[in-house]
Amino acid sequence: MQQTRKRKKVYTRPLDFKNGLVEMVHGSGGRAMTQLIDNLFVTAFDNPLLRQMNDQASFMGYSGRMVMSTDSHVITPLFFPGGNIGSLSVNGTVNDVVMSGAKPCYLAASFILEEGFPLADLKKIVESMAAAARAIPIPIITGDTKVVEQGSGDGVFITTTGIGTVPEGVNISSERAKPGDKILLSGTVGDHGIAIMLIREDLSFQSTLESDTASLHSLVASMVKIAPDIHVLRDPTRGGIAASLNEIAQQSGTGMILYENQIPMQTQVSAACEFLGFDPLYIANEGKLIAICSAEDADKLLAVMQAHPLGQNAAIIGEVIEDSHSFVQMETRFGGRRVVDWLSGDQLPRIC
Amino acid sequence: MKYIDAFRDGTLARKIAHNIAVEADPRREYSLMEFCGGHTHAISRYGIVDLLPDNIHMIHGPGCPVCVLPMGKLENMIQLAQTPGLILCSYGDMLRVPAAGGNSLLKIKAQGCDIRMIYSSADVLKIAQLNPQRQVVFLAIGFETTTPPTAVIIKQAQALGLTNFTVFCNHVLTPSAISHILQSPEIRQLGLVQLDGFIGPAHVSTVIGSEPYRYFAEEFQKPVVIAGFEPLDVMQAILMLIRQLNAGRADVENEFTRAVLPDGNLKAQLLVAEVFELRRSFEWRGLGLVPYSALRIKSGFADFDAEQRFDIPVLSIADNKACECGAILRGVKHPRDCKIFGTACTPENPIGSCMVSSEGACAAYYRYGRFREPRPGNTVTKN
Repeated sequence: MQQTRKRKKVYTRPLDFKNGLVEMVHGSGGRAMTQLIDNLFVTAFDNPLLRQMNDQASFMGYSGRMVMSTDSHVITPLFFPGGNIGSLSVNGTVNDVVMSGAKPCYLAASFILEEGFPLADLKKIVESMAAAARAIPIPIITGDTKVVEQGSGDGVFITTTGIGTVPEGVNISSERAKPGDKILLSGTVGDHGIAIMLIREDLSFQSTLESDTASLHSLVASMVKIAPDIHVLRDPTRGGIAASLNEIAQQSGTGMILYENQIPMQTQVSAACEFLGFDPLYIANEGKLIAICSAEDADKLLAVMQAHPLGQNAAIIGEVIEDSHSFVQMETRFGGRRVVDWLSGDQLPRIC
Repeated sequence: MKYIDAFRDGTLARKIAHNIAVEADPRREYSLMEFCGGHTHAISRYGIVDLLPDNIHMIHGPGCPVCVLPMGKLENMIQLAQTPGLILCSYGDMLRVPAAGGNSLLKIKAQGCDIRMIYSSADVLKIAQLNPQRQVVFLAIGFETTTPPTAVIIKQAQALGLTNFTVFCNHVLTPSAISHILQSPEIRQLGLVQLDGFIGPAHVSTVIGSEPYRYFAEEFQKPVVIAGFEPLDVMQAILMLIRQLNAGRADVENEFTRAVLPDGNLKAQLLVAEVFELRRSFEWRGLGLVPYSALRIKSGFADFDAEQRFDIPVLSIADNKACECGAILRGVKHPRDCKIFGTACTPENPIGSCMVSSEGACAAYYRYGRFREPRPGNTVTKN
């Protein structure tokens, strides 16, 4: 008896979280993989549903409407001012789930690790995921790990899938934008994209800019509470607010008019965009939301947003109009009008 | 941002707009060409046309570095990038420019060619130093603004004794292009295109100064106002052009006094003269062969000349027949006069080069202005 127990507990060698590297054996289904899962993932994410350790997590269903969303996270660099791929992968998917007005319930996380990736970095990433999930709180109840050969990945890719439950009477969907509705934005645009760009492109800018990565669940909860009839919610990630608004305009068959002087923006972001020839409306955000609601709801919604720590700089930035072309237009600070079009390709820096 | 926002002030813009409206003579039309893509971009991005009376027409000129490169040069670049082991470095806009057969640098990059987007020409030297076993070529393009930085890295490469670094020089000159436009039959002989004055380049003029434009003002009797790239600069320049035209003057005036001196930047000019010399002729998209309109690397720096090291041939390839980029670059046609504008040719799938760069007339118009219905009499095409 004693011998059996002993064999179960002792692995060949403890994981070296200081100098160790991810090896192919960590994904091969053997003891090394179990060791990594137990000592890293289960330890960090620990919760009763995960501890069942079956091929699936098992939980009781809900009677109401549910939502589900999945998102793969690939980012260079993995660590950036304001967060890392771990916290980003939790907040990103939770934000997609709560843009329906839902309360987030469970997350699944799937890792693709590149052979040779430092275990110390992996530990930092996993712990930051665990901290982000615990802060919401949303348990990570199932997952998967694969290891690919060196050169076939970019350190770590993380796919997270989330589900949530939508409160009775809430119906948030992009086709509900109607002419006359107001467009609200929860804060400054472009912080995440520019923070990443400034460190990624070896641009020797001095900046204190941080990614805005944050979970918007509690902001959404307070918004839905005060105005259950919000028509549309969207988190403007890739492609920035320009892409999100164009999508909503297309899906609802409406047009939009924005007021440039109402769009909140940090000076550091506008200065970097100016220098690089970027348009901040197309830069990614990771902790902001766009809300579209009836004109009657707009003021109380804005007040609730501004009272929340993640919505202090919220503003009404425009309104929905009738337009058979579904153009998003903007009244410029200068007094003219222009189209805020879909982004074509990546934004590229100007030449002169 | 303090010094930038001051040049984007909406209240001041409305005051200038009011002055323009008061001073523009309703009995005549004003056709003004902004030569530079930077101005085209500002006009579109800030909606400047909305602030102008209907009888003032802005014509987009050819001052967009990637727009004026002919198909032959693009093919040269594609072939060069496919040289085994070679690293091709380029400014971002260049990557999406459509070449013959629907190819582009971005497409062949996906096929495995090593093409790097750089922000500063100095980055190319770093890449060359980090890859001593590989040939590194810099695609040098642009007007007088981007030429001095290219001269600097060629001199630095010489000082460092780099043997794996060369430049494919496609630098072009603004004054030659303007005089070519003014001498085109559509303007000079046939009078098909009305062209009353120019908004002169901003950044280019910081290098070459205001003097080189005096010739156009005197020889062709066309006023030139050099202006910065901010929207208030453009508005002020339009007002100054209207005043000159109303008074029957054709002078060179400088609105961009905060950056442009009459003689320009002499140090930069000397540097350029040390490394580059005039080509007898150079093909421009839309303008054809323009005499003495481009630069090549002097023989003293031949070791850094990609044309020599890789024996780059002169290729002449016709533009897509449906594409009107040529006429648009000459100011003869407006983007919306092109049959494929916004249909077959869009920023996602550009057929002509004017649809690529944000400074290109078609891309700027597509992106910022196509919600506007054509204004009566605003088309410059009369044929």
